[in-house]
Amino acid sequence: MQRKQRLTRSTAYFIPYTLWILLFVIAPVLLLIYQSFFNIDGQFTFANYQTYFASSTYLMMTVNSVWYAFLITLATLLISYPTAYLLNETKHPQLWLLLIIMPTWINLLLKAYAFIGIFSQAGIANQFLSFIGIGPKQLLFTNFSFIFVAAYIQIPFMVLPIYNSISELKPSYINASRDLGATNWQTFSRVIFPLTLPGVKAGIQAVFIPSLSLFMLTRLIGGNKVITLGTAIEEHFLTTMNWGMGSTIGVVLIVAMVIIMWLTGGRKPRSRKGLTK
Amino acid sequence: MAVNTQPIIRLTNVCKSYGDHQILKNINLELEAGKFYTLLGPSGCGKTTILRTIAGFTDATAGQVMFDGQVINDLPANQRQVNTVFQDYALFPHLNVAENVGFGLKLHKVAKAEIDQRVQQALALVQLADFGDREISEISGGQQQRVAIARALVMQPKVLLLDEPLSALDAKLRKDMQYELRDLQQRLGITFLFVTHDQEEALAMSDEIFVMNNGEILQGGTPVDIYDEPINHFVANFIGESNIIPGNMLQDYEVEFVGKRFECADAGMRPNEAVEIVLRPEDLDIVAADQGKLVVTVDSQLFRGNYFEIVAYDNDHNEWLVHSTNPADEGTPIGLTFDPQDIHVMRLHESEAAFDARLERYEDD
Repeated sequence: MQRKQRLTRSTAYFIPYTLWILLFVIAPVLLLIYQSFFNIDGQFTFANYQTYFASSTYLMMTVNSVWYAFLITLATLLISYPTAYLLNETKHPQLWLLLIIMPTWINLLLKAYAFIGIFSQAGIANQFLSFIGIGPKQLLFTNFSFIFVAAYIQIPFMVLPIYNSISELKPSYINASRDLGATNWQTFSRVIFPLTLPGVKAGIQAVFIPSLSLFMLTRLIGGNKVITLGTAIEEHFLTTMNWGMGSTIGVVLIVAMVIIMWLTGGRKPRSRKGLTK
Repeated sequence: MAVNTQPIIRLTNVCKSYGDHQILKNINLELEAGKFYTLLGPSGCGKTTILRTIAGFTDATAGQVMFDGQVINDLPANQRQVNTVFQDYALFPHLNVAENVGFGLKLHKVAKAEIDQRVQQALALVQLADFGDREISEISGGQQQRVAIARALVMQPKVLLLDEPLSALDAKLRKDMQYELRDLQQRLGITFLFVTHDQEEALAMSDEIFVMNNGEILQGGTPVDIYDEPINHFVANFIGESNIIPGNMLQDYEVEFVGKRFECADAGMRPNEAVEIVLRPEDLDIVAADQGKLVVTVDSQLFRGNYFEIVAYDNDHNEWLVHSTNPADEGTPIGLTFDPQDIHVMRLHESEAAFDARLERYEDD
């Protein structure tokens, strides 16, 4: 009797979450897939997919999206890993972590506009470049500034999981590695990095996937020179009103994300051949 | 000085402090090659810090750490010819058993065939010959312990440091491992420096024990020496069970406690010096009350399997612990007898050097 009651209660706890998932995740995805099979006149068709895979423009956009998402993720990772590592060595890591997370509380658009100011002809970045004698330069609307700002925005999402995996690392692993004769670099490459790889993978997921569909930054900071899939979706929904085509690109993006999740996600430990037979 | 008497490890006036907190106070320590040494003390006494100083995980604030005649204070851990078995084993979870054991050899660019062979030998040594392909998560705590030992031994260190390696094992397994470690040490002839807070473990395994408290080595010696002749109250209390009674040294070989005079085997104190007397519970024999050197009243007793543990009180309210093969009656007076050499007299603040010198002078008389 009591057990049954507990069961119904725990089922009740699931209702809000299940509803949320149904209404805001499952339903929109289904709608998106459904819509991707209709052309601009509302007729059922596979033409959207044909167009997508036949047109070099869309393929170029896909390559661009993946390439820039890759560059952004790489830049973020190269900055975040050492940051997370140093963070773990500091006396008050929680405080520093808070400082790193704080920018995420500010709206993305506000941050983008702030960078327009910083990178503009008369902005402080150019003032500094003039001061050291190599400026002013065109900073805004370049690929560099696009990657720079995107990486800046993504860094907290990369630092956090990496920091967690580093702080969970037992110090005795590092001592054991040195004890067995490993140099600092060998300790890092053979012990620390492999053991913090789950954090790195989680960070890559958290950064790469959103970076695939960035569109606001490509326009505001990148000056629309880089057309990514995100930009294309926005164009189709808001400008050309070709919702079917926009949905198709959306579906392709979702598939791409699932592939990334699968590639970086936890798989069963590989069966190995040991050193000895 | 002959080369073969040179200690493999020598610590000279080693100190370690974090800010105002002194972890190690002037540690002097010499380890001869090929012996089994134990650092014994309560948690926080600094025994692990000594191990870490020798391994190179922490720097001495002052003093000298010597290995085989060379000062190694500034030698990084990865270049020292010592290996450590960690308390939590620290086996790398992303590598399997054989890869863990072969980790150090691979770093030293040993040929693959030789790695395979030495890993296999090391695993056979700890009776895990068929476990090479297992993941660390797939083996038991006792097996992980053995892998950790194999991983250190495969490097053929001159000194093996063991940081409370048995503390995570259950009682039965711990006892088996004590025998095995002792056996391993004697077969390989490597110097073992073993850290523990378990006095039974220390007594059972060691050639020599260093008893520590509060960052100091209080006494070093063979298990028998330390058990029979503890230098002070702390050591007497920490090693085995003891009756420690305040007394008065009347003259050489004569001591007074609980209001009576006794012949004893100790000497070298000032006349009428205040001292402490140690009488081990197993050295006390129960006789009829009128025949005892002491008369005590039985308060309680516990059956411990191979003996009865009897708690009794004398008229001065001193507690007496007696181990006896026969039970006693609670509430009744009993007599206790003991031989003069069962009495061990301790001075209140005697240094180890002064203690040794005094023993040296009087032991042969």
